[in-house]
Order: sequence, then C-alpha cells, then structure tokens
Amino acid sequence: MSTGITKRIIACLDVTKGRVVKGVQFVDLIDAGDPAELAHLHATSGADEIVLLDITATSDARPILIDVVQRTARQLFVPFTVGGGVRSLDDAAAIFDAGADKISINSAAIKAPEIITEIADRFGSQAVIVAIDAKRKAGAAVSAEGTVPAEVYLAGGRIATGRDAVEWAREAESRGAGEILLTSMDCDGTRTGFDCPLTAAVAKAVNIPVIASGGAGSGDHFVDVFKAGCADAALAASIFHFGIHDVRELKAQLQREGIPVRLPC
Amino acid sequence: MITLIDYKAGNLTSVRKAFTHLGQETVVTDDPGRVRDAQALVLPGVGHFCTTERLATSGVRDAVLQAIERGTPFLGICVGMQWQFAGSTEAPETLGLALFEGSCKRFETTLKVPHVGWNQIRRTAEGQHSHLLKGVPDDSFVYFTHSYRAPVVAGVSAVTDYGETFAACVERDNVFGVQFHPEKSGDTGLCILKNFCDYANERSTR
Repeated sequence: MSTGITKRIIACLDVTKGRVVKGVQFVDLIDAGDPAELAHLHATSGADEIVLLDITATSDARPILIDVVQRTARQLFVPFTVGGGVRSLDDAAAIFDAGADKISINSAAIKAPEIITEIADRFGSQAVIVAIDAKRKAGAAVSAEGTVPAEVYLAGGRIATGRDAVEWAREAESRGAGEILLTSMDCDGTRTGFDCPLTAAVAKAVNIPVIASGGAGSGDHFVDVFKAGCADAALAASIFHFGIHDVRELKAQLQREGIPVRLPC
Repeated sequence: MITLIDYKAGNLTSVRKAFTHLGQETVVTDDPGRVRDAQALVLPGVGHFCTTERLATSGVRDAVLQAIERGTPFLGICVGMQWQFAGSTEAPETLGLALFEGSCKRFETTLKVPHVGWNQIRRTAEGQHSHLLKGVPDDSFVYFTHSYRAPVVAGVSAVTDYGETFAACVERDNVFGVQFHPEKSGDTGLCILKNFCDYANERSTR
C-alpha cells in the first residue's frame, strides 16, 4: 500500500511594513510585491501551502499586522501559516481569528517554551509550528553518529542562543509543536541548495513533519532535500516570487524523480 | 443559512470564510435551541476528541441528534466526523454519536503521526453515488491533519491510505462527514462544501 501522503511545496512570503520582501541571509531587503496578491498567485499556481512571516515584528517589538493577515487569508483556500512577533496566546488567537490556520513561533518559544503547550492546548498541535533558525557551528563536522552541530538563533537571525537545533526540535515536539520549520541561516538566500544533512538530522530526531527552508535555487535542490534531507515539506520564497520557477513544473520534476507530489494541482 | 456549531475548540474562521466565498450565509452558535432549529448544521473540529465532551454537557449533542432525526443536513469536519462514530481511543470516556459503527483509533504505522498534508481520496462501492463527492474525481487531493482515524465500515463513502486504509468521508441520508479539511483543500474542497450547500438548499426549498 502506498503511504499516499505527498511532499509539500510551500511558498513563503517574508513581509515587512505590509510588503513582501526578499533578502540574502536575512539582510539587504528588496520589494517583491503585495502579500494578498502573491499568496493567491502561488496558491493557484500549485503551491500546497502559504506561509507569511512578518520578519521585522520581533526586532521592531511590535505585533504582527493583523489587517495584512486578514486580507491575505480572505481568498486563500489552502493551509495558511502566519509567523513573526507571536508572543502570547492572545497574539496567536488574534492571528487565527484573522484567518490563519497555523501560527509559527520562534523567538517567543525559545524564551518561554510553555507558550507552545498553551497554544497547542487551545488550538490543537496541528496549528502550532515551531520555527527554528539554525546556523552550523563553525569548524564542527557532522559526527559519525549523524549529529549535525547547529546553533539556534533568534529575532530573525540576530541573536545566538547557544541551543542545539536538533535538541530544541525534540523539546518543541514534546511540548506540543505540530511541525518544525527549519531554516538554515547558512543557506538562506544563497540559492545553492538546502542544508540536507541538518534537515535529515532534525527530521530523524522527531516524529512530526519537518519543513526545510533556506537555499532553494533549482528543482534539483528540492529533489535533494526530499531524498537526502528526508524533509516532509520544502519552503522557498524568492525563486517563486520572481517566477524563476513554476510550481507545477517543479512538481513534475519531483514526480519524475519518484517523489510523491500533489499533481494535478 | 448554515449554522456552524462552536464548541470553543480551535478556530472557525477558515470554515466560515469558505462558506462566505460560496455565497452562503453563516451563523455561529453554541445554543442548543438554535442548533435544533437550524436549516443546515456544520461541526468543524480540530484538536482533541475530549473537546466534544462540551457538546454533551451544553445540551448541543441532544439538539444535534434531534435535528438529524428531523432530516436537517449535518456535516462534520475532522474531529466533527470522528464524533459521528461511537467514540475514540483518544478520549475513551467521551461518547460519540454512534451514527456509524466502530471507534476511532490512533494510526498504527511506522510513518510519522500526525498525518499532515495532501493525500488522495477514492470512493468506496457505496460511495459511487455520493452527494458530497459529486464532480470530485477519484484520487483528488485534499488536506489532512490528524493522528486518529475512523474505521472503514458501512456508510463510508471514500477512503484514504496512510500506512493503512481509513475513512475519509462518510455519508448516510442527511449525515455527512469528512476527515480532511475541505476549507483548506483548494477547488476540490470548495466543490465538496458547495455540494453540501446545494443539498441543504434543495432540501429547505422542498
């Protein structure tokens, strides 16, 4: 019997001041368009899911822009995740109320991990994604046991925590996270491919889906992250915004490589 | 008018938004009287099976049973569908409606649980003339997110595979259920919700 489940392609909208932007390794931002328009465009062109991240909400110490979430959610009938600046159960409730299906928490979860459980208890684990921004430790090699030393960063990659990415993913799962969104800060924006060893290390350490992020530049990179990286889903931003890749074309390539995808979509 | 039953678990916005998109008016309530008198009932659901306990204590459970008896179209989504079975090992002391035989159990598979993502549905023999799946081809993709699954018994109109074969849709007379989230399943999901609305609207104009 086939497992049936398909590997997901997720289009990410990094938003600041109500506009979608794209940077390289979290800095040097350029305008990529309107979030509601882009979300709809991605959904109709075959993206399995949409993620909207307010990338400066935490560093600006302000709540997420609820009206942007509302506007984006209105005509979107695929799963919609929102993250950035979620600090409390009330923040999460407001985002769900605005039409999101899942929230992504990052900094707040590290600072006060009980928020994961609080939101999961109220809205279900399926609604809670813990986002982990990880950077490989300089000079540390992948060990014989397959562990990949990587450190967790906060506030859009601005603050190092000293926490190990794999260990934190395990804790997040045990506290009630429904999925892990793992972003490789080393690869983000480089378009040189996902961090497959790190993704595989996290994917094997937890029993919840792992979404790989950071580094997508070609169809081959997605093939690699699903095969070598054992990812359940892969997320990308710029390659979709600037039309370098058609999602359907990408899925056709994955299908040819024997990776189950939602096609036709 | 679609009445969405609110039992203070999870989030009704997405379901409501989908009906609005289809041009259908909705009202959200947890009042047994309004549930009893509804033209059409939808029980969305996410989260733990034990949250349905609230439906029993508030009197909504009895109101739903009375409405079903009177022929009111009733759609359960996710845990809302599971509630139409006898119960779930997720919360053994919480009773379901037992409209369908058997209980829901956790996936027994080496695959990751929860089952999250897009998977395919196919009709059973008795689902060939399903109202809910009208115009939905077999092997269409829909979005799932759940750890417990309902058994394949009489009344199951479509199934899905995830390590094992489980109930994706149920349908008997005016009672419908879907394990997946039609409000998050793109055009396929909207088609299923529209079929429910059409069934409900036809009935109310008769």
